[in-house]
Amino acid sequence: MKKIEAIIKPFKLEEVKDALNEIGVEGMTVSEVKGFGRQKGHTEIYRGSEYTVDFLPKIKLELVLPEARVAAAIAAIIKAAKTGKIGDGKVFVSPVDEAVRIRTEEKGEAAV
Amino acid sequence: MKKLLWILVATVGLFVAGPSLRADDAAPKADPNGSATGTISDVPGFVPATPAELGADDKNDTNKVAAYMDAKKAAEDYAAQSKIEPLAVKLADSVGHNRVAINFMWTLVTGFLVMFMQAGFAMVETGLCRAKNASHTMAMNFMIYPLGMLGFYVCGFAFMFGGLGAMGTLGGYAGLNHEITVNLFGHDWGLIGWKGFFLQGAGYDTAAFALFLFQMVFMDTTATIPTGGAAERWKFSAFMIYGCLIGTVMYPIFGNWVWGGGWLSQLGTNFGLGHGHVDFAGSSVVHMQGGVIALIFCWLIGPRHGKYDKAGKLVNPIMPHNIPMVMLGTFILAFGWFGFNPGSTLAGTDLRIAVVAVNTMLASATAALTTTVYMWWFKTKKPDPSMMCNGMLAGLVAITAPCAFVSAGGAAWIGIISGILVVEAVFFFDKRRIDDAVGAIAVHGVNGAWGCLAVGLFADGTYGDGYNGVAGTVKGLFYGGGLNQFWAQCIGVTACFVTLSILSMIVYFIAEKLVGNRVSLEVEIEGLDVPEMGVAGYSGMVMDKQSETPYAR
Repeated sequence: MKKIEAIIKPFKLEEVKDALNEIGVEGMTVSEVKGFGRQKGHTEIYRGSEYTVDFLPKIKLELVLPEARVAAAIAAIIKAAKTGKIGDGKVFVSPVDEAVRIRTEEKGEAAV
Repeated sequence: MKKLLWILVATVGLFVAGPSLRADDAAPKADPNGSATGTISDVPGFVPATPAELGADDKNDTNKVAAYMDAKKAAEDYAAQSKIEPLAVKLADSVGHNRVAINFMWTLVTGFLVMFMQAGFAMVETGLCRAKNASHTMAMNFMIYPLGMLGFYVCGFAFMFGGLGAMGTLGGYAGLNHEITVNLFGHDWGLIGWKGFFLQGAGYDTAAFALFLFQMVFMDTTATIPTGGAAERWKFSAFMIYGCLIGTVMYPIFGNWVWGGGWLSQLGTNFGLGHGHVDFAGSSVVHMQGGVIALIFCWLIGPRHGKYDKAGKLVNPIMPHNIPMVMLGTFILAFGWFGFNPGSTLAGTDLRIAVVAVNTMLASATAALTTTVYMWWFKTKKPDPSMMCNGMLAGLVAITAPCAFVSAGGAAWIGIISGILVVEAVFFFDKRRIDDAVGAIAVHGVNGAWGCLAVGLFADGTYGDGYNGVAGTVKGLFYGGGLNQFWAQCIGVTACFVTLSILSMIVYFIAEKLVGNRVSLEVEIEGLDVPEMGVAGYSGMVMDKQSETPYAR
């Protein structure tokens, strides 16, 4: 099992979700986050004084999948989330030791 | 020892006040149920005046004799006719009562509109503050209404209007007739009124009550201005002390000088300076007073933590937490201003109200547009919604004094100038570490002064015959009125600044001594809501803590 964490632009969430649904991904967890990478922040001005916005709003998408489906999911996310401009985000993949479905107590790949 | 001193002060006070109170015995009769208010004498020109007897010299002047005979005949004809047709007299009595009733209605309904401006102020001020101070700022705006009102009821109204004299448009009741004066340069100058405490005695009259309601909501407008300027760091207990003193003492003194028959209104009759200090609806009495108090409080209490760096140079903006709230509040205020300015005729039968209302909206429009464009093109490259609101309010404040005396073009120009003034003033005070959370000093203080001066420049001479007891209309410099009116306005503005600066400092130091004015740094960083008020403004809602201070951004 692998966990995919994808940081994407907020307005791309719908497209990414639809793309993942199409390849049969059934569940995911989404959170609103803030951060910056190479895009950095930018300066704004309010009542005559400048201020910098360092942390930009992003969406973090988390999903756990059987190993065989990971490559397809990553491809789907990249295809849907890409705009070609700076700030499109990143995808991280990490191993997952165990998973349990609370209702049925199924374990491992049957639980995800 | 302290008690003895108080007793001494009280005795001296009674000794001074006693004779003046006794002198009121021959006062006109109050009319608490309103049935005797508004008679045939309120129908202009219906009853011809009986002419005064001619003197010995006048009897040789044929013109004067002829005029006397004509007037005498008219009076006799009327007396004879009214005996034949008593119905006409009764009808005229009824018409007089209705005319005064229309004026009462107008005064009360516009007063209700002005009362609603409290909601506008609360929304503007709270919207411009951070979310962690929302319930505290809102609570100050809420409590100032009862506190100010009760202070005005106890003695504020008596100080301000106790020496007003006859209330022409409200039936001519003249019971509030005791002004304490001082004789200087051969003239009696009014200092403060001394009648109508607790709305008792001479104050228990329908006209006095109507005036009380209308003027009370004006006073509360002033009272609520500094709560915005010093918001986000002002201790609630210190604010309560200020709240007790604003309606009782701080506001009525200058108010009496301008509207209650005091010395600023007498500059015309006594010194020939135009019509004296002319302030139709309160650019100085209401707005500049509030602005000066805000200036002194903001200066003494110091800037909010995090706005300036340690060197005191860099300006970090502190974000408003709710711009929609600010804009809705501004619209409520602009709506309430239709009570504020046109209502100040105290007469629905004075049809100048149409001109006043249109001037008011024109100035607000030109000011809002000017501010927006000025910010956008010349200052910061973005139109800035918070400044748009400040701009509209600046135009409304500036047109408040001249609204009845200027043409539509004059109103538009007054608005344009106020739109630039407000931006420059906000930047000016920001640079000098006078941290005004909502722009109250720039909007109310600076533009209040500008509005008063504008009367002396733009008054076009179409209105104001007999204003402050001076014959002829009010005319400013640009319409051939010379500089006299302008000097009177300058004196009024200076008097407002000096008096209110001193009073504000006294009140600030009383509060400092008793409870302290500023909350601790920990409370300020946490937000005043929970430590000061016990409840958060948005309990249960997730706040974006990162936008709270510039350091975290």
